[in-house]
Amino acid sequence: MKHAIKVLLGSAVVAMTATAASAATLDDVKERGTLKCGVSQGLPGFSNPDADGNWSGLDVDFCKAVAAAVFDDPSKVEYVPLSAKERFTALQSGEVDLLSRNTTWTMSRDTQLGLNFAVVNYYDGQGFMVRKDMNINSALQLSGAAVCTNTGTTTELNVADYFRANNMDYELVAFEKADEVVAAYDAGRCDVYTTDQSGLYAQRLKLTNPDEHMVLPEIISKEPLGPAVRQGDDQWLNVMKWVHFAMLQAEESGVTQDNVEEMKNSDNPTIKRLLGTEGEFGPAIGLENDWAARVISHVGNYGESFARNVGPETPLSISRGINALWTKGGLQYAPPIR
Amino acid sequence: MAAHTHAADEPAPKVALLNDPKIRAWIFQAVLLVVLAWLVWVGIQNMFANLRAANISSGFGFLGRNAGFAISQSLIEYEQASSTYGRVFMVGLLNTLLVSAVGIVIATILGFIVGIARLSPNWVLARLAAAYIETLRNIPLLLQIFVWYFSVLRLLPSRREALDLGFLGQINISGWYAPRPVLGEGSGLIGWALLIAVVAVVALARWARRRQEATGERLPVLWPAIGLIVGLPLVAYLAAGMPLAFEYPEQGNFGPRGGTRVYPEFIGLLLALSFYTAAFIAEIVRAGILAVNRGQTEASYALGLRPGQTLRLVIVPQALRIIIPPLTSQYLNLTKNSSLAVAIAYPDLVSVFAGTALNQTGQAVEILMMTMLTYLALSLLISAFMNWYNAKMALVER
Ligand SMILES: N[C@@H](CCC(=O)N[C@@H](CS)C(=O)NCC(=O)O)C(=O)O
Repeated sequence: MKHAIKVLLGSAVVAMTATAASAATLDDVKERGTLKCGVSQGLPGFSNPDADGNWSGLDVDFCKAVAAAVFDDPSKVEYVPLSAKERFTALQSGEVDLLSRNTTWTMSRDTQLGLNFAVVNYYDGQGFMVRKDMNINSALQLSGAAVCTNTGTTTELNVADYFRANNMDYELVAFEKADEVVAAYDAGRCDVYTTDQSGLYAQRLKLTNPDEHMVLPEIISKEPLGPAVRQGDDQWLNVMKWVHFAMLQAEESGVTQDNVEEMKNSDNPTIKRLLGTEGEFGPAIGLENDWAARVISHVGNYGESFARNVGPETPLSISRGINALWTKGGLQYAPPIR
Repeated sequence: MAAHTHAADEPAPKVALLNDPKIRAWIFQAVLLVVLAWLVWVGIQNMFANLRAANISSGFGFLGRNAGFAISQSLIEYEQASSTYGRVFMVGLLNTLLVSAVGIVIATILGFIVGIARLSPNWVLARLAAAYIETLRNIPLLLQIFVWYFSVLRLLPSRREALDLGFLGQINISGWYAPRPVLGEGSGLIGWALLIAVVAVVALARWARRRQEATGERLPVLWPAIGLIVGLPLVAYLAAGMPLAFEYPEQGNFGPRGGTRVYPEFIGLLLALSFYTAAFIAEIVRAGILAVNRGQTEASYALGLRPGQTLRLVIVPQALRIIIPPLTSQYLNLTKNSSLAVAIAYPDLVSVFAGTALNQTGQAVEILMMTMLTYLALSLLISAFMNWYNAKMALVER
């Protein structure tokens, strides 16, 4: 009930003050001196706090990148952990300036919740995890299984569609908090754990014996994950888009955290425009001209962020796959800065 | 003195309507009401206008749209392919009612037992009851729910195995797979027989009571009642040619299947709610009994009543009048606490409607309004019922 009241108050605030919320978010952020960034309650590789409360992950890097672009200081972020259920109300009510929390871009969310999705910072799809000793190698063998998942996610609808389309029945056990899903699956209440495949790799690390579990090959949905902001503030939306695009362009042009200072002397016009040594692109989105250079020197390019948080060298060990740059056969593609 | 009588005879002095304190009070109340109604109206208008301005959809049209997600436990037919959000509301409401109603019954029985045990002259029993109360009252309910769900139920066999309970079906970590009664032709007769038995028992009890009041003679009611309730349906069952069969769970590829499922989420929540609330009820019962004058006990002993009879016929009926009002608020607490269900995936109203449905539709204002009004209505209903019962239990003077 306490939670319900929180959400109701949140939505009442949205309802009463909606017009105020659509004011220029960038100005509010600058005035406040920190960026309020909605993240998960703990998803390794995407947004996860360590023992000292320092957040890291791909989604956290996006928050840091925005803070770097605005303040030249990636630490000026206030992280607001949100459950899947709370996240949209928190954004609508202005509790956060931006939601960077493995959130799937869907039409209804984009059009009915008063939100705008900016970009896709991770192309994902829903998968299944099972115990190895069940000797299951395809999701089509799951008829009659008990399936654990999170409430308030796209996951619940996808799994319903998938089982129905394949004429299989199942028992849904849906928890609010991700940690409870993990605990219930770990204890054997369910045969299957389903969520975004990246989430499966991340949550697997929390199980008692991660090696006893495997992710099935099937991907049953499209889950384009990306940051979202409130509707009605085009400038702020543009900041989101171009921060992500700058990180992609940097990777494409070979600009890294280490060489960004050197690269400022480059003759390559693309790099010059990216790093603000030519043209006036920053002021057009309300930022300084070296906005992108700040992002790269503090956070690195997209490839670096990916490798550091979820890549093959990390415990999650996810390969770039469709998240590779378009030049390497992937889907990540930035429009030109010009 | 004389002046006084004189004044009483005279007609009340004529005052302007506006100065009459009674009418004035009415006018003020009416104005206040109108202002309040206007404020609420403007608030609501403003809210919907703002929702529209922020591009957030509003209205109650979503109740007729397909929900498309699955719900494990449902007392009414629920098809994930075709059922609407309105249906989701009903399913959630019924699940809330189920766990609250069963929880109230268990908590009451257990609470009375523990409360009476706490006053027992038997030292061990009294200490045990006290320990129960002190422990359970002082541990947060959410924690107790987790303990039941994640620890105690986890002692059961895994999903692919099951503990065989014989004719009671099977039980494992996924819950209790009870036998499902399958009604054959003519089984309606059994239902009718049961109904007749119940009516007969009620009539019998009334008649016995009236007789006792008239003649002072006590007739045995309990045994004939049990005989009727069990016997009559049994006779009907045999007469109709034994049309009742039981479907037992069988082994599927993921453990037992079929039968009537009692989900572990339900069991965990039910146990936590009942055991927790019983601790409070026990204290209420103890206080109620202690409030009955000691002389009552002595008087009934002097009349030759045995301790059990004294408790049942003299003490508890008087104590009830003190017990019922605080008991009502425990019932309300239990019902409201059932909304912690979402923590262990029990599909109650808050979990499926104010949770999943809210998230899929994004219509927070409408859904939370509906949910809160439902809880309000539930609470008012329980209070109304308990007030009626309280009035019925009040001292009847003869
Ligand atoms: N991408 C899906 C699912 C997102 C989601 O909430 N996933 C869960 C399971 S991986 C999660 O992030 N849990 C972490 C948390 O709640 O802190 C959506 O947007 O609905």
